Amino acid sequence: MRSLSRISAIFFKELAQLRRDRMTFGMVIMIPLIQLILFGYAINTNIRDIPVAVVDQSQTGLSRILIQMVEATRVVKVTERLTTPEEAEAAIKAARVRAAFILPEDLSQRIARSPAVGLGTPPSTDEETSRPVAQWIVDGSDTMIAGAIKALRSMPLSELNRQAPNRSTPTFEVALFFNPEQITAINIVPGLVGIILTMTMIMFTSAAIVRERERGNMEMLINTPVRPLELMIGKIIPYIFIGLLQTVIILGLGHVLFNVPFGDRTFDLFIGTLLFIGASLSLGLVLSTIAQSQLQATQMTVFVLLPSILLSGFMFPYEGMPVIAQYIAEAFPATHFMRMVRGFVLRDADLIDLHRDVIWMCGFFVLGMIVAALRFKKRLD
Amino acid sequence: MSEPDTEVVVRATGLVKKFKDFRAVDGLDLVIERGMIYGFLGPNGCGKTTAMRMLTGLLTPTEGSVEVLGLSVPKDAETLKYRIGYMTQTFSLYGDLTVQENLNFMATIYGLTGARRKARIGEVMERYDLTDLKGRFAGKMSGGQRQRLALATAVLHEPQLLFLDEPTSAVDPESRRHFWEQLFDLVDGGTSIVVTTHFMDEAERCHKIAILEAGQKRADGAPKELMAAMGANVVEIEGPNLRDIRRRLLGLDGIMAAAQLGARLRVLVKDDVPDPETFLKEKPETDGATLIERVRPNLEDVFVTATGEGRQ
Repeated sequence: MRSLSRISAIFFKELAQLRRDRMTFGMVIMIPLIQLILFGYAINTNIRDIPVAVVDQSQTGLSRILIQMVEATRVVKVTERLTTPEEAEAAIKAARVRAAFILPEDLSQRIARSPAVGLGTPPSTDEETSRPVAQWIVDGSDTMIAGAIKALRSMPLSELNRQAPNRSTPTFEVALFFNPEQITAINIVPGLVGIILTMTMIMFTSAAIVRERERGNMEMLINTPVRPLELMIGKIIPYIFIGLLQTVIILGLGHVLFNVPFGDRTFDLFIGTLLFIGASLSLGLVLSTIAQSQLQATQMTVFVLLPSILLSGFMFPYEGMPVIAQYIAEAFPATHFMRMVRGFVLRDADLIDLHRDVIWMCGFFVLGMIVAALRFKKRLD
Repeated sequence: MSEPDTEVVVRATGLVKKFKDFRAVDGLDLVIERGMIYGFLGPNGCGKTTAMRMLTGLLTPTEGSVEVLGLSVPKDAETLKYRIGYMTQTFSLYGDLTVQENLNFMATIYGLTGARRKARIGEVMERYDLTDLKGRFAGKMSGGQRQRLALATAVLHEPQLLFLDEPTSAVDPESRRHFWEQLFDLVDGGTSIVVTTHFMDEAERCHKIAILEAGQKRADGAPKELMAAMGANVVEIEGPNLRDIRRRLLGLDGIMAAAQLGARLRVLVKDDVPDPETFLKEKPETDGATLIERVRPNLEDVFVTATGEGRQ
């Protein structure tokens, strides 16, 4: 009973302090709002309109039609017309364009023999006749750009001949579930919940204990009968509400602006988010017992935030990482949350489907609270 | 709590606190009785605060044992915390909370709830003139007001023993006098108080004091007793060129210390000199003095004889 009233005393104290700290309170709302709008619109992994240069050495009607066809894919956009491949290389080096499209003088002959045109020519077997129609020089340093242009490699050219495109039969049929239109925002927005919560939750709590120390309140606080665990719990409760509020902002606005579905798993989503908030807050508290100043606490937050962004699967697929990196990624609550939130919102998964992440998150929260409470000494030495 | 201990609120034996190689407190023995104000007097860095922190369980002694209100510290420090109050050297309540909020917070932390909490907060606000300030932010108050709030929170849970760490270092003399009146009221109500200070006039108000230097206790007892047992007599000299007289006197046998106080020179003469007034008058070093007279010793004289160069 005493414990409960002490926890509530700390809770109301934190709430009063937070309410008066207008700047922080404003950021609670503004950070998710601005980041959602910014990243939701900005991050796009379907690359379009890559600036390219064209070196048309053939200068025929055919070459012009070919260029138009390539532009019509919307993958590239011709921004420069150059005369030699050397100029094109220089343009790539100077970053004016990301790639150059080089059409050779014997373009017409090559096209005539190309199977892509679909004239029914039997596939060539010798070097001389199996040459590609034209060449792309690509700034391959960015793998995403390179990948987008590589996808043009086997573009069908039958339209050149005013033929309807071949009903070609693919080797495999690929059915895209959950995001058939391949809209990046649908994947980004739920993930953004994880990133923003990681940032704000850890930031708030990592400063929580240190702030008391820096402002000189700690000496008085440890002279009272308050228990470390009561202090920890009382301090994180206000931030649980803040975390839930931020989640509602992101998913709600994501629904309005980017048509990201809510999914039918509201309860699972609520529990999953709660667990993630708890895990992040307890991690922040542990950092807070290590840091000696608020500056150090902020540095530690960034140290956790970066891998949470880069390794959690938010930006790059988890499966693409080496096994060791995957193990490291597993240590961060954000990795588990990424899986959970995308599962609940996009794949209609439930807590049982993702029980491994649920268990891990619970364990992380409990362990974090225990470590923080044990590390918090009511002593000055 | 055993019966013989009821009259002793603090008992410390052989208390040592080492920070790396530095002995902040070095073999301190203390016995503090119930119902008195006990002062730790000493210069900055003498170990007053360290000693006090060991008594409340904030620091673990390197050596020695502490018993406060019959409880062994630091083992039973958490139980003890319900029964003691502590006022830190620097203001440590929340500057961004109001007086009322700070009091509410601390009262709840100490387990006061409902009507009892409300009544008790009303009581201390009344007693320490905080009623009109209850909506004020603690960070926006004056030194004296903050000190009243700090004392009010320290006594909210009616502790038997109150620790005050340099409570008056940030307030004006008027507030200081008033503050001491309040301390005596508390003692009348049965509270025992341990206070650290470097002000002589404050130390003089204590029932008993311990003079600390370099982590060791140089003297302890009631201020009057200490003055009586000082081992020196005090003579004041008036006249021109007091600084020269002082310099010459300091070389003499039988002179413990000399310090100028405005237009007077206060000289401590060892008490094995039978008639200090005549002793000084006959010395050629005091030539030019217009007045040489014996005066009553004060606590500063005790402090000078007990510490530093004056110590034998």
